[in-house]
Amino acid sequence: MTMIQAIMKKRTPDTGNLLIPLLAVVFLLAGPAAVRAEALVADLSSHLIAITTGFQGSELLLFGAIDGEGDVVVLVRGPEEPLKVRRKDRIGGVWINRDEVTFKKAPVFFRMASSRPVEDFVPYALLSRHRMGLRFLEIPAADETVPQAKVTSFRTAMIRAKTREGLYTLGEGTVMFLGDRLFRTNVVFPPNVPTGTYTIEVFLVRDGHVVGAQTTPLIVSKVGLGAEVFLFAHRHAALYGILSVILAMLAGWLGAVAFRKV
Amino acid sequence: MSGFSLMQVYLPIAEISVNVFYLLGLGGLVGALSGLFGVGGGFLMTPFLIFTGIPPAVAVATEANQILGASVSGVLAYWRRSSVDFKMGFVLLAGGMVGSSFGVWLFSMLRGFGQIDLVISLAYVVFLSVIGALMLAESGRTMLLHRRREAAKRKLHKHIWLHGLPLKTRFRKSKLYISALLPLGVGFFVGLLAAIMGVGGGFVMVPAMIYLIGMPTSMVVGTSLFQIIFVTANVTILQAYYNQTVDVFLALLLLIGGVIGAQIGTRAGSFLRGEQLRGLLALVVLGVGARMLFDLVVTPNDLFSLASSAVSAAGL
Repeated sequence: MTMIQAIMKKRTPDTGNLLIPLLAVVFLLAGPAAVRAEALVADLSSHLIAITTGFQGSELLLFGAIDGEGDVVVLVRGPEEPLKVRRKDRIGGVWINRDEVTFKKAPVFFRMASSRPVEDFVPYALLSRHRMGLRFLEIPAADETVPQAKVTSFRTAMIRAKTREGLYTLGEGTVMFLGDRLFRTNVVFPPNVPTGTYTIEVFLVRDGHVVGAQTTPLIVSKVGLGAEVFLFAHRHAALYGILSVILAMLAGWLGAVAFRKV
Repeated sequence: MSGFSLMQVYLPIAEISVNVFYLLGLGGLVGALSGLFGVGGGFLMTPFLIFTGIPPAVAVATEANQILGASVSGVLAYWRRSSVDFKMGFVLLAGGMVGSSFGVWLFSMLRGFGQIDLVISLAYVVFLSVIGALMLAESGRTMLLHRRREAAKRKLHKHIWLHGLPLKTRFRKSKLYISALLPLGVGFFVGLLAAIMGVGGGFVMVPAMIYLIGMPTSMVVGTSLFQIIFVTANVTILQAYYNQTVDVFLALLLLIGGVIGAQIGTRAGSFLRGEQLRGLLALVVLGVGARMLFDLVVTPNDLFSLASSAVSAAGL
């Protein structure tokens, strides 16, 4: 039996922090034995990752405090999007995309960090319920008639590719404790990090039970000129094409004028 | 951090960060080659962009946009010398518009099937090896016959059966009376190449205009540039509209490098021995073709690849 309390907190930006006012939703789950006000408090060094023209990836600090004993698990999940996976076959000596499986949805980003290997302190049922780990991610095929073995092999390949791109990562032992109450972990976002609203869940696990949990959002968005160009290219595609033509012609003409003496 | 990140530019459509000076240098290098040899350079630039990690679809569409700018730069000089056959240019262009529109449509279809990267690579392997081999043979022959005079006098214009097709038209400036279907066909084919390969197509069109159509050499370059401008403009707009693959940041950076490089190339050309340089360029072309072929036949590290089936529509 668990009792769930939702506490809505409204925060104003810190001095020197230009972030928008933030709504943080704090879920507190307490076991029957220990009913506490807040077993776990956590926050991020920033709730916005801005992809600017010079973006080379980003690193955020997640920090917090726990009340009492326990282990901490951090799940960072990106928005879910449909995804197509293709497999190459050799035809006439050349590798060609042959087979494909479309997945209805898959998180664009996934990171799990914990104070030690989760299998050591979280029972299987909890791992599965909270989707702690790559094998518990919900990635269903769009077409349900595709044989299960094929879906599994394509899903495994998909996770492998995402891992290679630094978009699916596991960090066992990367949640560090400072003393018995304070903890911290770094979350690395590679330069190719997809945009969208991410959720960060932090769990406090004690004796095989979740005794504290907190969810906090993170926005990854393109800002500045690059973002404007991207949006414009997708929303006003024809006009973007015409402007590209004009810009290129102008640049070419300027070049010809600049070197006219030759 | 600031110094390093200043040199990196995030390309909004290609969606990767690339060093600014690398792109300027690449534009400059290919620009210098085009200044030296009078080739457009698209057939080298697109493979280099792909090797850099720019998605092939973006490389091709952006290259069309860059060639547009480079050709505007070039055509002005020929226009002033009035060595553009506008009538021939318009006929080539009519074919080119149809060919390039068809090409962009084909491009979208192939992209949907997940085969566009393969088709781009295969087209490059075929064209680069043919052009490289021809150039190498030509420069080898010239080096051997360096001092010998070629006495064979070329006829002004040799009439072949292709010229006798229907729709005979007079092209006063090129001093030709031939079937309009011939330049229409050449234009169509070159337009198709522009859309699929991101090249101006000068390396196909110029020989075709000289040997197939029989135009005087003085008219060829200016007229082909005239056609290339409108065809690449058409490709740019259609690619931007249907595929959202034109990266204007990338195109402009390459153009800046290219304009400067072309000047260096033109000046360097007067000090260097032509046939040896041409032999060198032939080797570069063959090397690039071989690399593309290698990437096609070597067993990939992972047979599986990801293709997001939906463009992250919102973006913000």
